[in-house]
Amino acid sequence: MERFFLASALALCVIILLSLYRGVFGPTVFDRIIGAGFIGTKTIILLVLMGFIYERIDMFIDLALAYSILNFIGTLIISKYFIRKGAK
Amino acid sequence: MVIVAAIFMVAGLFVFAIATIGFLRFPDFYTRMHATAKGDTLGTLFFVIGLALYYLHHGFCWLGLVQGIKLILIAVFWLLASPTATHALLRSAFESDLSPWTKDGKAIIEWPPKRRDK
Amino acid sequence: MGFIVTFLILLVFWIFISGQLDWWHLSWGVLSCALIAYISHDLLFKDIRSKGKVKEVINFIKYIPWLLYQIIRANIHIAYLVLHPKMPQLIDPHIIKFKTKLKKELALVTFANSITLTPGTITVLIEDGYFYVHAIDKIVAEALPGEMENRIYVLYMEE
Repeated sequence: MERFFLASALALCVIILLSLYRGVFGPTVFDRIIGAGFIGTKTIILLVLMGFIYERIDMFIDLALAYSILNFIGTLIISKYFIRKGAK
Repeated sequence: MVIVAAIFMVAGLFVFAIATIGFLRFPDFYTRMHATAKGDTLGTLFFVIGLALYYLHHGFCWLGLVQGIKLILIAVFWLLASPTATHALLRSAFESDLSPWTKDGKAIIEWPPKRRDK
Repeated sequence: MGFIVTFLILLVFWIFISGQLDWWHLSWGVLSCALIAYISHDLLFKDIRSKGKVKEVINFIKYIPWLLYQIIRANIHIAYLVLHPKMPQLIDPHIIKFKTKLKKELALVTFANSITLTPGTITVLIEDGYFYVHAIDKIVAEALPGEMENRIYVLYMEE
C-alpha cells in the first residue's frame, strides 16, 4: 500500500506541475490566483498522503487542516485586494 | 476495504487530472473556473473518503475515530470553502470588468428572455 | 441561547481536534470555548428562534444526498467537455441575470453554493435579489432557476 501512496503522491506532483503553468503564464492576474488556489488543494491532499507514508497521521492531519483554512482565507483576501485594480 | 479505498483514491486522482486538463484547455478565466471549482470539490471528497476508509481498516479505536473525523472535517470544510472562494474570485473579476469569452459578443443576457422589455 | 449552542459546538470541535480527554486539555478547552463563544456568539446564529430550527437542520440533511448526486453529475459533464477534442465549438458561455424569490441570507448562500456545484453553472454576483450566473452553454442555462430554487425554498420554509 505504501507504493500506492507514493505513486499517487507522484501523480499529484505531476498535476501540480501542470497547473503551475497557469500560475506562471496565466494571461490575467485572476488566472494566477486560481492557479495558486488549485495548487493549494493538491498540497492539502499531499500533506495527508505524506502522513500516511511516514505513519505520523496525527501530526500531518493537523497541518492539513491548518493549511486548508490558510489557503481559503488567502484566496479570499487576495481576491478582495484585486477588485478594481484592473484586470490585466 | 483496502481495494475500495484504492478505487476512491484513483477516482480522486482522475477527477483532479480532468480538472487540470480543463484548467489548461478552456479559453478564458470564467470557463476555467468551471473546471477548478467542480474538480477541486469532488476530487478532495473522493480522496479523503478513500484515506478515511483505509485508516479505519487498521482497527477501531478512539484515536482512529478522531483522525477519521478530522479527515472528514477537511472534506466538509472544503465542500463549503471551495465554492465560496470561487465566488469571491469571480466577483472580483466581474467587478474589475474582465469580460467573458463569448461567441456572439453579448456578455450578459437576462433570464427569462421575455422579461427583457420591462 | 445562542451563547450555549455556540459553546457546545465549539467544545465538541475542540474535543475532536485535540483528541485527548484528560482534565488539563478539557479545562483549557472549556475556558477558550467560553471566551470565543462570549465574543462571537452573535456571528453564528443571527436570527434566534427555537421553533423551526430543528426542522431546518433535518431538511438540510435530506438535501445533502441530492447535492452530492449533482456534484458527480457536474464532474461527468465537465469531463465530457474537457476531453472532447472539439471543445471550443461545443461551449457557448454567457453571464445570465435572473431574479430570485429567496429572501433569507442563509438561503441565498446555500443557493449560490449549490449553483456553483451543479453542472455547467457558477455564481458570479448576487445584487439586489438578482443572480448573475456564468453558464457554460445554453442548455444548462435553460434549467435555471428551476428545481433547485424550489428545493431551497421548501428547505428554509420561506413564506
